[in-house]
Order: sequence, then structure tokens, then C-alpha cells
Amino acid sequence: MKQNDIKRLSLYLLFAPFALWIALLIILPHAGMLYISLREKVAPRVYEFGLGNYINFFNEPIYWNTLIRTGSMSLLVTVLALLLGFPIAYYIAKIAGYRTRGALFLMCLIPLWVSDLIRAFGWILLLRETGIISSSLQWAGVISTPIEFLYNDATVIVGLVYTVILFMIVPLVSTLDGMDDSMIEAGYNLGGNGPTVLRRIIIPYAMPGIVSGCIVVFMLTAGSYLTPILLGGKNSSWFTEQIYDQFITRYNWESGAAFGFVLLAFTSLVIWIGLKLSGQTLSSTVARS
Amino acid sequence: MAIKPNMVFLSGYRLYVAAFFLFLAAPLVAAGVFAFNDSVFPSLPWQGFTLDWFFNDTEPKLGMFHDRRLLRGLYYSFVIASCVSLLSVFVGTCNAFLFVRCKFPAKDFFYIMMVLPLVIPGVILGISILLLASNIANGAEEALSLDLGFLRPGIVLVVLGQFSFITTITSLVIIARLKKFDESMEEAAFNLGASRARVLRTITLPFLFPAMAAAGIVAFLVSFENFNTTLFLVGSEAPLTITMYDRMVKVGSTPVLNAVSFFLMVGSALLALVSVLVQRDKPQT
Repeated sequence: MKQNDIKRLSLYLLFAPFALWIALLIILPHAGMLYISLREKVAPRVYEFGLGNYINFFNEPIYWNTLIRTGSMSLLVTVLALLLGFPIAYYIAKIAGYRTRGALFLMCLIPLWVSDLIRAFGWILLLRETGIISSSLQWAGVISTPIEFLYNDATVIVGLVYTVILFMIVPLVSTLDGMDDSMIEAGYNLGGNGPTVLRRIIIPYAMPGIVSGCIVVFMLTAGSYLTPILLGGKNSSWFTEQIYDQFITRYNWESGAAFGFVLLAFTSLVIWIGLKLSGQTLSSTVARS
Repeated sequence: MAIKPNMVFLSGYRLYVAAFFLFLAAPLVAAGVFAFNDSVFPSLPWQGFTLDWFFNDTEPKLGMFHDRRLLRGLYYSFVIASCVSLLSVFVGTCNAFLFVRCKFPAKDFFYIMMVLPLVIPGVILGISILLLASNIANGAEEALSLDLGFLRPGIVLVVLGQFSFITTITSLVIIARLKKFDESMEEAAFNLGASRARVLRTITLPFLFPAMAAAGIVAFLVSFENFNTTLFLVGSEAPLTITMYDRMVKVGSTPVLNAVSFFLMVGSALLALVSVLVQRDKPQT
């Protein structure tokens, strides 16, 4: 009896910080944002309930075009991060020797611990008109006039892939690490060649890691702000920029909140579709530990 | 070695891995190297080595250690990161015990709720907390004529905003460690007559400590470098990333930003090294 009381008391005590954190900083703010997004300003300080802010969003092509553009570029970044990151993760988990493995994994993590801002700043120094690549090419005689590599979509995509690829590699390494080498050997012994083993054994095994990496990468990309702005310049048209614009520049919080929800709903929808297509669930991927 | 592919393929593969790491390092090197270039622009040609961008005390080459605004940003970043790190390690440890040791209904659902903040875009976390705090502050002012200054953009909101998603990271790190704990060690101590508090203090917490320290360091670094969430919650006490961004947009890039970048990279690398060292298991005797 006493033992049970202590158990229950410690459960409550441990649950309290968790509940406070999730309720006050996650659920309540989002509920408040939903409430504000459903308010329409009819006159100064007079509000009416309605879907006006959302209707406004769909009536203005520039808004949903930006959203579609952000979504499709984020998908492209996710695919590129997977294609570029998978071989690296496989190398770290399966091919590298024990010592190099740890070192390579750490090197993968280093950019994670350097601010987004500094990484973007580094890219600017490399790619701008007076930057290192342009001047080196000039010096080597490949080009005669300086080239501006910044402020186009390709640069934004390179910068975003760079920023998020670690979040793809880390879950992949931990999944592939748990894979028994004998499974791969068995595949070869049964007469499979490289591509078959990759397609039939390695990829299905790594699927939870792949999906988990893709979810995190997609969310981070779609929600990123700094990289598209700094590398893409004023007309990078990223959706988070529209949100910032509504909030800070126009001081239109109602419509900014609606935009925030549109982004949240859109990214959740994409992830839901991705989970359905890959036959995974949220708890089998991101929440796996 | 899992597969024994032919040598041509393997060397091509190695080349790709090397190129990838070059890609990872390039912008960081570019950001760091120009801190030492004796020129007012962070670009080629190389004008010679200098430490002016760190220590010089006069314009136009004002070094970072004499630049008041940058130093103030550094100080605020430090304060914010320390608060976030302490708070999030505390809640993360509670969460670890909650999810590893306790049984309660709808546990899987709550676990997903715990992971969720990590996948919500930082911009949205920032604005939703800003909205709630401002609404409460406005409401309190109108209804009770109370001035709840801490709910206006400023340090408290920045700490709360960063804490809201960093706690997920610390929880995951500490949960992973607590799962490896052998509960028979606690039982042995109970059998030997130790009290609950004593077992926690002398056995469980020392076992968890490396993970708590590592989680604290990660939280500190993530807080230090955060931009997206902070941007909406920042008041007059701007942390370093915001100050640097302002400088970059308004003044353009100057080598003093490279100096700050270099300083931050070295700092993060040292902290990261510490976190690796504390997490390494001591050899069993």
C-alpha cells in the first residue's frame, strides 16, 4: 500500500514538469495561434470569427505559389540529402574501420555545432561575386569577369542541403549500424549482385532510418528562414519569409497566424503522405529510440 | 567489411567520401580563415596575417574583443544558453524517469507529444509563443492594469522559446542512457537497506551524470546558435546570432564577423570535445 502511494506520488511529480512544458509552451500557444488566425479584423479593435484570413491566403496567388515553391524545393532538398547522405552513412557504418568510423562520424557532426548563420556566411564568402570561387576561377583563367554565384535557386538548394544533410546521416548511421553484416553476406552468397542486395536487403532494413531522416530534413528545410534569405536574396520567396513579413513588417498578426497554420498543415500533410506511401508510422521512425 | 567490392569501385567511393567532407569543411574554413586576413574586406587577395580583428581597439579595424555590441551579444547569448541548458536538463531528466520507469495510460501518445517540438518549424514555435505571451500581457494590462513586462519580447521569452524544443533533445539523450541502466543495481542497494533518496543520489544519478552533462552541453550549443525561434522573441537584449545578423544585413560582411565565427567555432569544438569525453564510459575495473 505504502509502496503504491510512493509510486503514484513520484509519477505525479515526474509528470508535472512534462505536462507544464507541453501544455504551456506547445499546446496552448498553438491553440492561441489557431484562435487568432480565425479572427477577422472588421474595424480597428473589432473582430469577427471567420475563415477570412485563410480565404485571403487562397485568393492571393503569390501566397500559395510561395507555399508550393517552398514545398517542392524542400522535397528536392530532402531527396538530394538522401541520395548524397546514404553512401556516406553506409561508408561510416559498414565500410570504414573502427577508428576512422568514430572520427568520420564526429566530423559529420561538427557543422551541426556551428550556427546556421556562420555556415551561410561561409557560403557567401565562397560564392559571391568577389568571393573565393569566383576570384580563384579568374586567377586560373577559366573566366574573365567575376561571376555572381549567389541569389539563385541552385545556390539556395546547395546551402539547404548542406545545412540539413547531417540530420539525414545521423539516423541512417544508427540504423545501418544495427544491421548484421551477415545479412548482406547472405544476400551475396545467394547470388545477388551489388544493386540487388542494396535494393532487396539494405534499403528495406534501413527504411525506418530513411523515413525518420526524411521527415526531420523536410520539416527543417520547409521551416528554415536564414539560409534562403541570405543565399537567395530578397526574392528567394520562402514561405517563412511571408510569415515574418506579415508579423513584423505589416503587423498583421491575424493573417500571420493563419499563414503559420497553413505551413504547419501543409508540412504535416506532406509527412502524412510520405508515411502512408512508405508504410511507416511516426512511432516506428522519429519516436523510435 | 561487409561487402568486398572491386578496387576501382572502392577507390571511387573513397573519393566521393573525401569530396563530401571537403564540401562540409569548405564554408567553415572560408568563414574562419578571413579572420586573420589583414584587409577590411573578407575576400581574396590575401594581405598577410593579422590578429587585429580580434584585439585591435581602433576603427576601422575594430577587433571583436573591443566591439561593445558584439560583446554584449556574447554576454546575452551566454546567459540565455546557461538558463536554457539548466532548465532543459532538469525537465529532460524528469522526462527520462517518467518514460523509462513509470507506467501510465496513453504513454505512446505522450511520447509522441514529447518528440513533436523537434519537428515543428522554429519560426512557428517562435510566433506562437510570442502571440500567447503578448495576449496574456495585453489582457493583464487591460483587465487588471498589471504590467507583466517579462511577457514582452525579451530574455525570458527567448529562454522559454528555446527551452520549448531543446527539452526534447535533452530528454532523448537522457532517456537513451537511462534505458541502459541495470535495475538490479538499484535492487541490490535496496536489499542492503539503502533508502530511495540515497539510491537515487549514490547510484542512479551518478550513472546518468555523463548523459546529463552531454545533454547540457548540446542544449547550450543549440541555444547559442539558434536563430529562427529567437528572431521573433528578441527584445532589446539581442543575443549574438541576432547581433551578427543585423551587422551582416546593415553593414555588410566585415572580417570582424569572421573573427566572431572563428571564436564560436573554436568554442563549440572545445565544448563538443568535452561532451564526447564525459560520455565515454570509464573502463570497468
